[in-house]
Amino acid sequence: MRQFSQLLDGLVYTRSRNGKLDLIAAYMRDAPDPDRGWALAALTGNLDLKAVKSSAIGEMIRARTDPVLYEMSRDYVGDLAETVALLWPKSEDQPAEVDDGSLNLSAVIDRLHGVSRAAAPQALAQMMDHLDSSGRFALLKLATGGLRVGISARLAKTGFAQGFGLDVDDVEQVWHALSPPYEALFDWAEGRSGRPDPEGTPYFRPFMLAHPLEADSVDLTDYAAEWKWDGIRIQIVGTGTETRLYSRAGDDISGSFPEIAAAFAGHAVLDGELLVKGEFQGGEAASFNALQQRLGRKAVTTRMMEDYPAFVRLYDLLIDGEEDLRALPWHQRRARLEGFVPTLDPHRFDLSQLIEASDFEALADIRAGARDAAIEGVMLKRRDSPYVPGRKAALWYKWKRDPLTADCVMMYAQRGHGKRSSFYSDYTFGCWTPDGELLPVGKAYSGFTDEELKWLDRFVRQNTVNRFGPVREVEKTLVLEVAFDSIHDSKRHKSGLAMRFPRIARIRKDKPAHEADTVEGLKKLVS
Amino acid sequence: MAHWIEPHPTGIYVRPADAWIDPSLPQERALVTHGHADHARGGHGHVWATRETLAIMGLRYGTASGTAVDYGEEVRLGGVRIRYVPAGHVLGSAQILLEHAGERVVVTGDYKRRPDPTCLPFEPVPCDIFVTEATFGLPVFRHPDTGSEMDRLLAALHANPDRCVLVGAYALGKAQRVISELRGRGHHDAIYIHGALERMCALYQEFGVDLGELRPATGVPAKEMRGHIILSPPSALNDRWSRRLPEPITAMASGWMRVRQRARQKNVELPLVISDHADWDELTDTIREVAPSETWITHGREEALLHWCMTHQIRARALALVGREDEVEG
Repeated sequence: MRQFSQLLDGLVYTRSRNGKLDLIAAYMRDAPDPDRGWALAALTGNLDLKAVKSSAIGEMIRARTDPVLYEMSRDYVGDLAETVALLWPKSEDQPAEVDDGSLNLSAVIDRLHGVSRAAAPQALAQMMDHLDSSGRFALLKLATGGLRVGISARLAKTGFAQGFGLDVDDVEQVWHALSPPYEALFDWAEGRSGRPDPEGTPYFRPFMLAHPLEADSVDLTDYAAEWKWDGIRIQIVGTGTETRLYSRAGDDISGSFPEIAAAFAGHAVLDGELLVKGEFQGGEAASFNALQQRLGRKAVTTRMMEDYPAFVRLYDLLIDGEEDLRALPWHQRRARLEGFVPTLDPHRFDLSQLIEASDFEALADIRAGARDAAIEGVMLKRRDSPYVPGRKAALWYKWKRDPLTADCVMMYAQRGHGKRSSFYSDYTFGCWTPDGELLPVGKAYSGFTDEELKWLDRFVRQNTVNRFGPVREVEKTLVLEVAFDSIHDSKRHKSGLAMRFPRIARIRKDKPAHEADTVEGLKKLVS
Repeated sequence: MAHWIEPHPTGIYVRPADAWIDPSLPQERALVTHGHADHARGGHGHVWATRETLAIMGLRYGTASGTAVDYGEEVRLGGVRIRYVPAGHVLGSAQILLEHAGERVVVTGDYKRRPDPTCLPFEPVPCDIFVTEATFGLPVFRHPDTGSEMDRLLAALHANPDRCVLVGAYALGKAQRVISELRGRGHHDAIYIHGALERMCALYQEFGVDLGELRPATGVPAKEMRGHIILSPPSALNDRWSRRLPEPITAMASGWMRVRQRARQKNVELPLVISDHADWDELTDTIREVAPSETWITHGREEALLHWCMTHQIRARALALVGREDEVEG
C-alpha cells in the first residue's frame, strides 16, 4: 500500500502537470501487477466499489475516539478521510506511523470488493491498523469512492502512456474495451502482446470542442449557426448490441440515464446534448436546474425518470454503421444526421435545429431575443470542418449569452475546500424584500482573483457578527455584483429563486448595501 | 488557588513581584520565557531571561538591558521565588517556576518533549498550577519521528542532483535545529542560507551550537547551489527571492505540515513535519506527568485540550491571551 499512498501524496503536493505525469509514469512502470492496474482504475475513476458512506466512517472513528475531539479535529482539518487518517488510534503496542507492509493495494481492493456494506466499517478498521497515516488516507479515499487528488482521468491516462512511450490517444481508443486491472493494457504497453482491439466494443471517441467567439463577427456563408443547449454534452456509442453514453470527459454515464441507452439500438456514434423535458415548458427542454436532479446519481428510480424524463438533442453523426464520417465536412455529416434522426425514437431523440439568419447582425438579434431557459448561446460551426478531437482554431465557436448580473449583499461565509480550506471563500448573498429584510438568493465561490479572495477573507474575519459552526454571519455591508447565466423558480429556497452558475463578478466597495437589488427585481429575470 | 497570579489578555501578571510573564505590551518588569517575537517583545523596562534569550532579544530589538538568569538559579522578586527551567523549545527557552505562599506555578512558554540538538531538554516540574501552551492541541497533530523526516529530506536531495531543496524554516530555532539534525546525520556539505537567517545562525554558533559550513545564498550563481540544501524563512519560499534558485524543491519544516491542505496552501512539495512545539501526545503526557491540581491553557487550540482535561478529571481553564501568533511559529 505504501507505494500507492506515496503516489497519492506526491500527486497532492506536486504542483506542475509534468511533475504529476512523471510520478504516474514512474509508478506505472515500477509497481507490481495487479496493483498498478488497480491504481490506474482508481486514478481514472473506474474503480467500481460499493462506496462506504461517510457516515459509516464517522461512526467508526467516534467509536474509537472521543467524539468531541473528533468533531473539533474535523472542523479544523476539513476533510473527513484526512481527519480520520490522522486521528486513527492504533493499539498501544504498535508504532503510530508505520505501514507494516502486510497489505498491498490488490489485497485492499479484494477486501473492499468482497465485503458487504454492513461489514465494511469493520473490514476498514482492521486494515487501518496496518497502515501509516498516508496509507489510511489512501484507503479511506478508495473506500469512500473518489480520490480527489486533483488529477483527471485524462491526466492519469497520459501519465500511463508516458510511462511506456505510448500515444495517449491510442490508449484512449482501446480504453473502453478494457476493464480493471487492465492486464491486456500492461501486456501491450510492455510489448508482451499486440494492441488490444477495440472494434466491436462501444468505446469513446474524443469530442470536438469550440473556442469562445472573440471576433466581432463571422461570415455566415462559411459558418452555420446552431443553438447551444444548456444540458450536458453527450456521446452515444452503439454497436448494435450494446449502447453506452459518455460525458465530455469520457466518463461512462449510461447508468445515470438508462432510458436513453435502452432507447438506442443503432450501430452508430452520435454527438448531442442531454436534456430533461420540463412540464412547464410544454414538453420542451427544461432548464439545467431540472437536469441537475438527474446528475451524479448512480442508481435511478422510476420516479426520477418519470419526473425528469431525459432526451438527447443531436448535433452530429460521427460514425454510421461501419462508416467513419469524421473526415467529411460538417455539411455532409449534417445531411447524414438529418437522414438518421427520423429512424430514432422521437420521445428520446430529436435534431438540434439550425438557426436561419440572413447575416451576422440578424443572428445577433435572434440570439439577443432568445429567452428559452435551455439555451446557453449560439454555436458557430465551419461548414467545411471535419470532426476533429479537441479545440481547433477557427473551426467551431461558442457564443454564449451574456450573463445576467445583480447587486447582492454578503450575508454568510464559509471556508472553502482543498487549497482554500483556510479562506472564507464560499459566500451566501441576499437581496432586499419589500419589508427591508435581506433574503438569501444564492451562493457563490468563484469569479474572484486570488487578491480579491484575500481581501474577502479578511472582510469576513473582521466583520463577523455570529458563528454557526463553520458558518460565519457577517455585517450586512458589502455589496457583491453577482453574475449568473440564468435564474429560475425554486421551491427549495426561501426566496423562491435559484441562480444558475452564480459567480462574483465584482466587489462593489463603492456601493452602500441599501442600494443593492431587490428580490422582486430578480424575479423579473426568471426564465 | 494562587490568587497572586493573574491571567490578563496581555500576559500573566505576578502581583507580589509586580512583574509580567511574556507581556505583549511594554511593561516595567518582564519575565520572558524565550526569544520568539510573540513572547519576547521590545520596550520593557527590565527583563529577566536566560542569557541566550537576552542575546536573542538584543539581536532583535537592539536592547539587552536585563538580568541574565541561569537555569536552576533562584531569583527573588517581591517575595516570589523564581527559577528558569529548560523547556526544550529553542536555544535559551525556559519554563518559569514561581513559588509563593506555599504554591508552585509553572509557566511553560512554548515547549516540546522530543530531542533537539540545539537546546536543553524539557524538565518536568511538579506544581500546583501548570500553565501550558496548546499550539498543536488537537489529536490530529502527532509529529512523526524527526529522523524519518530528515531521511525524506536527504532522499529528495540525493534524488535530484540537478536541483536544490529549499527548506522553509523559522529563523529562530527551527532553522538551526534542521541544520544541526542534518549534521548529526552525516550531511557535511555546505548549506546555503537566506540573509534573514545569518545573524541568528551566528548567534547559535557563538553559544556553541555546531552548524558546520554555512554560506549566504545571495550573490551566488544558481548552478553552484545545485544539489545543495538552502534554508530560508517561510515567507521567502514563494517569494521573488526564490526564483533565481536552481529549480528548487520547496520543503517546509513545521508541525502544520501534518495537514495536507496546509502544505498545499503554502505550495509546499515536500512537507517535513518537524516542530518545536509539543504535539497532542506530548501535551497530554506532560500534563499527566506534571500532575498539577489545575491546568491553565494559554494559546493554540485550547478548546480541545480543555475538553481532554475535563474528561480526565483534571481541573483546567483556558486563558485568552492576545497577540500569540496563530500558525506562525510551528
